[in-house]
Amino acid sequence: MTASATPESLYRTMRTIRRFEEIVVELVNANEIAGVTHESIGQEAVAAGVCAALRPTDIITSTHRGHGHVIAKGVHPKDMMAELLARSTGTNKGRGGSMHIADLSLGIYGANGIVAAGTPIAAGAAWASLHRNDQIVTVAFFGDGALNQGVLHETMNLAAVWRLPLVFVCENNGYAVTTASSNSTAGDPVTRAAAYGMPASAVDGMDVHAVLHAASTAVAEARSGAGPSFLECRTYRFVGHHTAERVMKLTYRSTEEVELWQARDPLTLAAASLDEDVVKAIDREVEELLASAVDYARAEPEPDPAEALDHVYASGMRPRSGAAAR
Amino acid sequence: MARLRYQQALAQALRDEMTRDASVVVIGEDVRQALRGVSKGLCEEFGPDRVLDTPISEQAFTGFATGAALAGFRPVVEFQIPALLYVAFEQIVDQAQKLPLMTGGQARVPVTYLIPGSGARRGLAAQHSDSPYSFLVHAGVKTAVPATAADAYGLFVSAIRDDDPVALFAPAAALPVRDDCPEPLQPVPLGRGRVHREGTDVTVVAVGHLVHDALELAEELAAEASVEVFDPRTVLPFDWRGLFASLEKTGRLVVYDDANRSCGLGAEIVATACEEIRLEATPRRVTRADAPVPFSVPLEEAVLPSKELLAHAVRTVLTKGEMP
Repeated sequence: MTASATPESLYRTMRTIRRFEEIVVELVNANEIAGVTHESIGQEAVAAGVCAALRPTDIITSTHRGHGHVIAKGVHPKDMMAELLARSTGTNKGRGGSMHIADLSLGIYGANGIVAAGTPIAAGAAWASLHRNDQIVTVAFFGDGALNQGVLHETMNLAAVWRLPLVFVCENNGYAVTTASSNSTAGDPVTRAAAYGMPASAVDGMDVHAVLHAASTAVAEARSGAGPSFLECRTYRFVGHHTAERVMKLTYRSTEEVELWQARDPLTLAAASLDEDVVKAIDREVEELLASAVDYARAEPEPDPAEALDHVYASGMRPRSGAAAR
Repeated sequence: MARLRYQQALAQALRDEMTRDASVVVIGEDVRQALRGVSKGLCEEFGPDRVLDTPISEQAFTGFATGAALAGFRPVVEFQIPALLYVAFEQIVDQAQKLPLMTGGQARVPVTYLIPGSGARRGLAAQHSDSPYSFLVHAGVKTAVPATAADAYGLFVSAIRDDDPVALFAPAAALPVRDDCPEPLQPVPLGRGRVHREGTDVTVVAVGHLVHDALELAEELAAEASVEVFDPRTVLPFDWRGLFASLEKTGRLVVYDDANRSCGLGAEIVATACEEIRLEATPRRVTRADAPVPFSVPLEEAVLPSKELLAHAVRTVLTKGEMP
């Protein structure tokens, strides 16, 4: 465990993620948040445990299911809430939304709407650290669905050949959207990664302490120059693939299966080692934090449509609009 | 003035930028051995840490360049053949290109995609002969297609220094071109076209290696018509102002382009010209056919734009192409 992580802080992070996403679901259902969002409810121990093993200067790339990673890496919930409410003061100035949350100053190189597409970006960031010898470690988060994307395998190979300070964290929740791993993924994720010659292991992704312990080992190895490693965190999402799923009457998993996993709720497991009063105090604190985050976000301004073409080019070049010829 | 070969100019640009800026690195397949000639000697001069031979993993090394760029480097990614852009397309147009917007202006992705040897090369067949710059323009990626050694040097330097992703296509047919270059060599800004030959009767917009064809034709037709040859040099940003200035003078337009016809660069140039300028004659395009390049050289030639077709198009707009 890093010096800053405590059982209280880990629980606080997980509780913040859980309640943040529950509130987001309410706001999506109330049409206050446009589009759909992908919640990680049930998977909080992975984000909290892995990011607790990192320093503020370390880097992550995330996924379409990234709210938890972003909170655990240090974004203030009010800034992400402002983004989800499409405010001009959100993390991405209302240009990114749930699937693209980024804060480069916190080492968050972006959630990503394309499965596995963030992993080579993480490799490039890790190479930069190696080249500068600045001891920064990069973590690439991805789901089990990414295991069948070629670019992840290209990236694992490249990271192993170049001994990059990169930790591959596979959040295996058992389903690539609605398709079960058993129907889509041959062999075993850990064996696949080990074939690239990197240390690979699986951990109980519902146990934040186990995740933190395993991640700390991997991160320390990467920081010491031992190269990349692979960590499969076995977890489960208690909710649908995205917010719209609740009205879709899908049958890809049974109520019994969901309940079986809910019996091992990572928050309940983490709270078990804390005094009840401490838990209540943290819960209260989180409610206040998130209530003020929503109030803050609601009061912030929306982006000006006249600025829709801002930021398309970092150099300041203006793209053509849909009506002007030049 | 120094006489330089196009490919030497590219190599010189890369060497100069790596000398000037320690954040410039080269990434690609076989770049240490410099299979394409541009990175020759760089590994010996700058070390293997700045000249990275990659596995044959185009998606991974393209995304890798994006990550390195976000972390402060200025990678030059070499694609040995233009079709490799298709393999890496998601990482270019959906990641690198969109990151500045998606992050609300936080991200800069100063990556240069170098394609040394685009277009047909006689007998390399369908998968090694494309000129796919229209795809990138459609997706908003800044794209240069220099025709001369001086412009190859100047645009490559500007591409590397630019804070956005920039693709630079060096047409295979232009690589052996030699021309007089200024001393010292100069950067050429993105978005500024070049009138290679002034004329008053018709503007031929020619892209990349086809500029040289167009200049030859202009000379051949000198007795019957005054042909202006306009080279946009970068196809995004496009120098519309420069083109319009030429068209205000000539009132007639022929586009001569090696990209496919449908939704190709030529279509964009003609459409924009028609929206903005009252032309005196219906404009024409001479482009590549909407077809893969066949292996047989005579068949290859049959699908590519040619000087003969250009001559026909120029004569058509001069004689019977009056707008109603």
